[in-house]
Amino acid sequence: MSKRKLNIAITGLNNTDNPGPGIPVIRGLKESEAFEARIIGLAYENLEPGIYMKDLVDKAYQIPYPSSGSQNLMQRLEQIHARESIDVLIPNLDAELYTFMMSARKLEEMGIHTFLPTLEQFEERHKANLPSYGEKYGIRVPASMAIIGHEAIASLSDEFEYPVLVKGKFYDAYLAYNPEQVAMYYNKISAKWGVPVIIQEFIKGTEVNVVALGDGKGNTIAAVPMRKQYITDKGKAWSGITLADGQMIELTRQLITQTRWRGGMELEMIKTSDEKYYMIEINPRIPAWVYLAVAAGQNIPEALVKMALGMDVQPFSTYQVGKMFIRYSYDLIGDIKQFEKLSIQGEL
Amino acid sequence: MQSTYIYFIPGAMKLQKNIAISESGFVFNPGSGESFILNRTGKNILELLRDNKMFEEIIELMMGEYEVDRIVLEKSILDFISVLKSYGLLEKEPASAN
Repeated sequence: MSKRKLNIAITGLNNTDNPGPGIPVIRGLKESEAFEARIIGLAYENLEPGIYMKDLVDKAYQIPYPSSGSQNLMQRLEQIHARESIDVLIPNLDAELYTFMMSARKLEEMGIHTFLPTLEQFEERHKANLPSYGEKYGIRVPASMAIIGHEAIASLSDEFEYPVLVKGKFYDAYLAYNPEQVAMYYNKISAKWGVPVIIQEFIKGTEVNVVALGDGKGNTIAAVPMRKQYITDKGKAWSGITLADGQMIELTRQLITQTRWRGGMELEMIKTSDEKYYMIEINPRIPAWVYLAVAAGQNIPEALVKMALGMDVQPFSTYQVGKMFIRYSYDLIGDIKQFEKLSIQGEL
Repeated sequence: MQSTYIYFIPGAMKLQKNIAISESGFVFNPGSGESFILNRTGKNILELLRDNKMFEEIIELMMGEYEVDRIVLEKSILDFISVLKSYGLLEKEPASAN
């Protein structure tokens, strides 16, 4: 029996040394046994590597940044949809999620299905809200404070012991050992991501993550824990390994049950030497290392697409422990004609 | 002057469950994701711990296999066990009642 054909639009094709999740998500979709995915890549920049990966991205379009106004973005999506008949859209970048969540109903009316967290779920897990989130759901979190100006830096030592982490609201995190370094990183981060900038207690331990999928009714459809084995200077995992860690899975299940999380998520935790877990971040989307979960037996992108289409999805019950990923860089060869076509016509 | 060694024989020396020890001496802890490479002696000790051998039994078994002073062997094994503990390869001792 031939597989159902689906046109799936994907963002986050920036498969760089700070990779977006687009390409790993596509790899999972291409391996689906339930459907045949035709991938419509949506790119913000014309040098996002995924655009040129013709074995993975069947057609690529340039789209405007959400910061240029959601109306512009939606108009562009309507144009693309008219040509490509998109079945499912998977946005993969933190900074665009708000716009897509706000437009979810409009997208649905157009016939484009999504499977995103609710606005409330998205807002309450913001880094700046982590202390109240931890309190509400009974999760151990590091002390943190959101600051919007330099005035607060001098008195940080009343609340925190140095070093502290200085974090952007979407991306970036730096370890600062004194107020001068906090001020330097504050300037760097606020110039790029705006305010607030988050000051967070530094918890010493091993960085462990879980990629998970919630069905929006409190059920955990998928959950795979991983330890970063090699971390780049940008704090990104360059290698990781799946773990047999029941506590991490249980923490994830509890959180998904309590929040009735809908969609993909990544829980970032620190495991201390006395085996306590601190939640340091909750990312409201599939992470860039999701292909490790696919390889370990949980095809999370495929399950997400099925749920977006209202299909019944049974929770995964197992995964392989000791599966590893190792990133690598690779020079794709393109041609100026491709670059020209994308730059002039906005598609490739 | 004869020196006197004073040490405490560890109470719990059970290897963590699920620790994988391969023939090559490669050890994988699936709970932490950490891996280690052991020489033949280290691998032997880990296998004896996995078989729930007590400290005294390990000493006796290894005395039969290696030409070594008992006191040197005991100290070396205790050192090795403390390394295993620090890497989280042994089960945690239950907290004392007091």
